[in-house]
Amino acid sequence: MDYLSLVSIVCAAFTVAFGAIGPALAEGRAVAAAMDAIARQPEAANTISRTLFVGLAMIETTAIYCLVIALLLLFANPLLV
Amino acid sequence: MNSPLDSTILFQLGPVPIAQSVVTTWVIMAALVLGAGLLTRRLALLPTKPQAALELFVATLDTQIVETTGANPSPYRAFIGTLFLFILVANWSSLVPGVEPPTAQLETDAALAILVFLSVIWFGVRGGGVGGYLRSFASPNPVMIPLNMLSSVTRVFSMFVRLFGNVMSGVFVIGIVASLAGLLVPIPLMALDLLTGLVQAYIFAVLAMVFITAAVATGTAGATTADPATSPKEKDI
Repeated sequence: MDYLSLVSIVCAAFTVAFGAIGPALAEGRAVAAAMDAIARQPEAANTISRTLFVGLAMIETTAIYCLVIALLLLFANPLLV
Repeated sequence: MNSPLDSTILFQLGPVPIAQSVVTTWVIMAALVLGAGLLTRRLALLPTKPQAALELFVATLDTQIVETTGANPSPYRAFIGTLFLFILVANWSSLVPGVEPPTAQLETDAALAILVFLSVIWFGVRGGGVGGYLRSFASPNPVMIPLNMLSSVTRVFSMFVRLFGNVMSGVFVIGIVASLAGLLVPIPLMALDLLTGLVQAYIFAVLAMVFITAAVATGTAGATTADPATSPKEKDI
């Protein structure tokens, strides 16, 4: 196997692995804070969960970027033709 | 395994290659238009069951728009509602065997994001005039002009990558699990995919709404008061 494709595959795995750590921790904190807020103020649950969903999508974007980079490395790598 | 970045070409229409996602998109659009036409053909004061369901949907949509923006929902209802419905149906079309959702292709998502980008300009110009819209780029102070111009492009790009990544990864994971484990194993993942599809459609619509309101509100400079709950979200983006 070619040296470049080997590096690409390993890098794709590392991209997804490390790219998932940050968003996972961040989403955990966000959900925990939202749960806390809903427990204190159950009548505000609608607003809180709507904002939570949008915020989660924002956080998730970083993981999605990592996924896209990994896919580019695997399927559309400009160095491997 | 096929690359998720490529699109399958079904047939050629003259010199134009027609991809599978284009056919799916047109089928979904035809179904939505036909369904809307049939449902609204005979509107009555005393609603039938389908009409009541439709009214419930439109009322929910209006409530969401008002809660997100604090503005009158009527100018935005058609665009945001169509965006939400189309993305929802497109995401859920992966349930039909053999159909790949068009939102799992880069091109469809890019087209939707460009629509949002153009509609931000359109609603911004309509709300505050050309001058008001251009002034909204210098909104906190003129130092922010390059950053605001950059962010108006990158936030749309991030919407597009977000929708693509979520839907495509769902389809991809189901494909991998089905090829590894067999017939019934991917069903929980497909259920998760339904939730992801709904949430992504909702988020796309809400973000489009937030961007449009930001352009309109800063363009008219305080003439319309936005809901204070939206301002932290705008800051994040």
